[in-house]
Amino acid sequence: MGLKRYSAFAIAKEAMSYHQNWERAWRSPAPKPKYDVVIVGAGGHGLATAYYLGKNFGITNVAIIEKGWLGGGNTGRNTTIIRSNYLQDPSAAIYEKARSLYETMSQDLNYNVMFSPRGLLMLGQTEHEVRGYKRTVYANNLQGVSTEWISPEKVKELVPIINIDGPRYPVLGALYQARGGTARHDAVAWGYARACSAMGMDVIQQTEVTGVRVEGGKVQGVETSKGFIGCDKLGMVVAGHASVLADLAGFRLPIESLALQALVSEPIKPCMDVVVMANTVHGYMSQSDKGEMVIGGGTDGFNNYTQRGSFHHVEETVRALIETFPMISRLKMLRQWGGIVDMTGDRSPILSKTPVDGIFVNCGWGTGGFKAIPGSGWAMAELMARGQSPLTEEFSMYRFREGKFIDESVAAGVAH
Amino acid sequence: MLTLECPYCGVKAEETELAAGGEAHLKRYGPGSSDAEFDGYMFSRKNPKGVHFERWRHAYGCGKWFLAARDTATLEVFGTYPAQSKEPPPELQAKIKAKRPNWEGYK
Repeated sequence: MGLKRYSAFAIAKEAMSYHQNWERAWRSPAPKPKYDVVIVGAGGHGLATAYYLGKNFGITNVAIIEKGWLGGGNTGRNTTIIRSNYLQDPSAAIYEKARSLYETMSQDLNYNVMFSPRGLLMLGQTEHEVRGYKRTVYANNLQGVSTEWISPEKVKELVPIINIDGPRYPVLGALYQARGGTARHDAVAWGYARACSAMGMDVIQQTEVTGVRVEGGKVQGVETSKGFIGCDKLGMVVAGHASVLADLAGFRLPIESLALQALVSEPIKPCMDVVVMANTVHGYMSQSDKGEMVIGGGTDGFNNYTQRGSFHHVEETVRALIETFPMISRLKMLRQWGGIVDMTGDRSPILSKTPVDGIFVNCGWGTGGFKAIPGSGWAMAELMARGQSPLTEEFSMYRFREGKFIDESVAAGVAH
Repeated sequence: MLTLECPYCGVKAEETELAAGGEAHLKRYGPGSSDAEFDGYMFSRKNPKGVHFERWRHAYGCGKWFLAARDTATLEVFGTYPAQSKEPPPELQAKIKAKRPNWEGYK
């Protein structure tokens, strides 16, 4: 089962045979009739959940079922930003766990995920935003998350292309997380898939779940386009389609699915080596290693499963960013795309047991799931293996009924 | 571009003129209801992939709330109707059923 490790030595060795004999990065097995655990959704969160089930709890009789291709949903559609500067304690705990796991992920997985802790700025462009972010900085320092409030001059020093004196949205300072940054999103999914495969787990792509079999209030398995697959425990980790899957299992979630868009420009020379988020104007931007300016915007207001968003949101985002970054006004945009994000009322995720015994759900990451992938997988694996986890306690799907919101819609503004 | 016809003023409004208001025909629960009922009304949503009944407001037009039937998987609009409707008009339901034979129906 063990896959060969990637190393400089391996590259030299494979060069001898003109790189014709590399083995596949992961196996593509046919599904077995039954597993201990089935995870639906081979995106970052699903694969990370499976990985930590194996690594932390020794549970390796696991299948990860994916209706499309691996990491082809939101994992491959986000703007790759990693940060943990959240206001509420439960959020800071899980996002900081994730951020710290990103630090060593390339070594842990033996797969280069190109984690680049280049620093991240959230601009304060109104007095209210300044007050909000200062509060977040104080909270972060109590939580053990390293962030600071920096002056407009320091912002200009870090981001020379920024215009801090805009008439409408001047930059009044910024919340700075020096160890925030970006990573290669596809590689995160690929790295986890490879590591799962190496532990003997089955990553099963092109297999759609069409039903969930529940008997006596307990999960028995899933009906799929490749037949019935039995399991003792089922993890639903399908982001935008969480409600559809929950419906198959007979319960509802406090989730609405919306389209969120992003776009990239033509590649240009290096001009900005940090991530900048401008939440007042609904835009955030970083420069990829290829030189493209990666830009993310806001969500549409209506339920949507099409992975297409409305054009006027792109227009608004770009219009606002041009004021803050005048030099991007003549850039051509190369590509624009949408992903379906699963939004909860309090803009915090759900990692929870469900009304069906043996079914666990991990969803509701909304517009900010990529940064959380390793922490989410870590916590979800503990929840599934032990029935509880200190990281997931506050993120139950029943928190709405109890009025115990983890209100991040205020803390995070709009962008993630 | 999503275009909905306002059932009050008859204007075919595109989405920048409209504000989305979420799922329609929610049964309201108040004092005396169980936690589960209130939770269901406040937070749980159908969020279907397919036929969806939802609330809209003609925000930059006549300002009135109305309801619409739309397919969330294709963005096809089946029709709009007044906000005072307790359930989707029968002719609209028949139209949807004709276009979507596998639709489970309004419930």
